[in-house]
Amino acid sequence: MEPTVEVQGLVKRYGPLAAVDGIDLKLRAGEVFAFLGPNGAGKTTTVEVLEGIRPRSAGKVRVLGHDPWTERAKLQRRVGVIPQDFSFFDKITPTEAIQFYARLFDKRPDPVSLLREVELEEKADDQFEKLSGGQKQKLGLALALVNDPEVLFLDEPTTGLDPQARRTVWTVIRSLRKGGRTIFLTTHYLEEAQSLADRVAIIDHGKIIAHGTPGEIIERFGRPQRLVLEGPPSLAKALEGWWRRPVSLVNGRTEVEVQAKEEILEVLQWVSASGLAWSGVGTTRDTLEDVFVRLVGRIDEGGSRASEPGTDAKGGRT
Amino acid sequence: MRPSRVAAYLLVFARTYLRSRVGLFFSLIFPIILILLFGSIFSNTGSSSSPVYVQNLDGTSVASQMFLTSLNATGAVSVHMVSSSVGNLSTWLVSKGYTAGIVLPAGFQASFAAHRPVKVIVYTDPAQPSTAGIVQGAVGYAVTSMNYAQSGQAPVVGTMELNVGSTTYQYIDYLVPGLIGFSILTSPMFSMTNIAAQYKKQKLFRQLSLTPLTRGEWLAASVLWYLVLVFASTVVMLAVGRGLFGATATPTLLTIPFLIFGPMLFVSLGLLLGTFSKTPESASVVGNLVTFPMMFLSGTFFPVSLFPDYLQAVAHVLPLYYVIDGLNNTMVFQNTTGALTDLLVVVGLAVLLFLAAIRAFRWQEE
Ligand SMILES: Nc1ncnc2c1ncn2[C@@H]1O[C@H](COP(=O)(O)OP(=O)(O)OP(=O)(O)O)[C@@H](O)[C@H]1O
Ligand SMILES: [Mg+2]
Repeated sequence: MEPTVEVQGLVKRYGPLAAVDGIDLKLRAGEVFAFLGPNGAGKTTTVEVLEGIRPRSAGKVRVLGHDPWTERAKLQRRVGVIPQDFSFFDKITPTEAIQFYARLFDKRPDPVSLLREVELEEKADDQFEKLSGGQKQKLGLALALVNDPEVLFLDEPTTGLDPQARRTVWTVIRSLRKGGRTIFLTTHYLEEAQSLADRVAIIDHGKIIAHGTPGEIIERFGRPQRLVLEGPPSLAKALEGWWRRPVSLVNGRTEVEVQAKEEILEVLQWVSASGLAWSGVGTTRDTLEDVFVRLVGRIDEGGSRASEPGTDAKGGRT
Repeated sequence: MRPSRVAAYLLVFARTYLRSRVGLFFSLIFPIILILLFGSIFSNTGSSSSPVYVQNLDGTSVASQMFLTSLNATGAVSVHMVSSSVGNLSTWLVSKGYTAGIVLPAGFQASFAAHRPVKVIVYTDPAQPSTAGIVQGAVGYAVTSMNYAQSGQAPVVGTMELNVGSTTYQYIDYLVPGLIGFSILTSPMFSMTNIAAQYKKQKLFRQLSLTPLTRGEWLAASVLWYLVLVFASTVVMLAVGRGLFGATATPTLLTIPFLIFGPMLFVSLGLLLGTFSKTPESASVVGNLVTFPMMFLSGTFFPVSLFPDYLQAVAHVLPLYYVIDGLNNTMVFQNTTGALTDLLVVVGLAVLLFLAAIRAFRWQEE
């Protein structure tokens, strides 16, 4: 089957800067694809080229078999978009906005149920300028759904949303996926990508540095499984001197890399025999976030990491 | 061009306009303030007809009474009698700050009866051309009718003469088309320059470009909204001008195309200016630079015919001149040929600028 979105050798230059520097992408019909990368990596630029609102410098791009720049009119009705910094007419209410879009697209959606779906029904009749940042974002999502699109480009749809609202957006995305829509998503929330996306790609400095399912990426770029011991820093020191694989101190816990079950036992026996104080024990694996931070964060191996699990990776690099 | 999409955006635009109120003030309320202001300051009709101070040195003679009756009958001036004891009328007028006076000389009756030429002295202030013109016109009428009475004929010709003379048009007659022109110019220009830059900054063009709405539909809807505003403003101007100040301006069928192509011209021009500006701030500067001189030099507040020659030459290259001249030709002078020439210029420019605006402005980015 023909891919829903196909990108080959896409380049986008702003003067001397190659914001997107020769990337290839393929989205299959019905999948959720998450596009990750630090600030300024080229995500929005790529998405805007795919949406047909920015010309490209080089490369081949097809969305539903059409060139989005030259055949934009053919795609508009089949594509839904939330731009990164979505904004709308200040004096228009969400209900009016949906009616406006409905007339433009010649569709008959029910504004009430659409607004309920994105949990904005309380603000249905407030002017746009009076909505909070997250509420504005929700209107953006509702508008992207008006034309019942086959493909959705969502550029950071959950940035700035409270945890409850993010889950609402996730629910919408999951139900869209169930309905057979293809979704191209950018996000800085790695756990969001991990839990929503069928496949992800990580872009940095305009180049794709990793792609695949979240599992594949973790497998390929993540560190091996680690044994986590709670104990004093001296424990880490002692283990570091003895153990043949990397040992690190992360947030006051000692992490010991192990490759097989047997190695776990080996370490525990040694610790127990050493008489050093230790309390809890567990194991940990890299999350997508860990891999992401290691790939784009330029953090030296084995040293202490800058990022806490679960925090926003946005701004994690200068 | 799909009417339903034009209507959809028209609704959004109208709501935005009506809810922000500032725009509404400038397009509807402000011109009313202007007509009230300029109308009261300069108007010479009705109760505020030009005062003229008459010193009658011929006692209560029949001839002088006849003259004053004729003068009163013009309705263009209000006669105030001045005692002969004030001495030289000219000096007295200056001391009082009055601008028009008449002296009926002693022996007026006697000369009149004897068919001897006699001169009525008329003082006017050249700095007040419209008052001067009105007073001279009224005196001319009175003099003519007396001459006809002398020769035993009815003063029909005298009346005619007064009505075709240029002085019969009151300031307010020019002011009504002028201020309609003001509305046609200012509301589209100020808001379109701003919108072009503001929508770009707020990424609203990007948002619209993601829908089937075309740029032509978008621009057409904007033009339509200003048509509505200009028609509303025209109705109000005519009502106030005619009702309060006795203006004679009467719209004809030929007035309508000016009210359509005028806004189209300035919506397009405003959009073009805004498109070439990088920021909303520079857009408003450019908008003001173009709008204000055009406003003052095209006959908005004063007829262009009163301007010195070199300013008249400037006026003839301003699009608004042809709008206002056309409105005057249709509503005041009933000059169809002149109006059609003006219309040709306005329609040509409007179509040209509309097409140029659609071509020039993009809603995608680079
Ligand atoms: N209009 C523009 N003109 C010039 N340079 C631009 C323009 N837009 C983006 N860039 C540059 O292109 C690069 C990629 O920007 P882009 O917006 O695609 O990043 P992003 O991955 O979406 O970042 P973020 O996570 O912050 O949204 C950046 O270095 C940015 O400075
Ligand atoms: Mg971005």
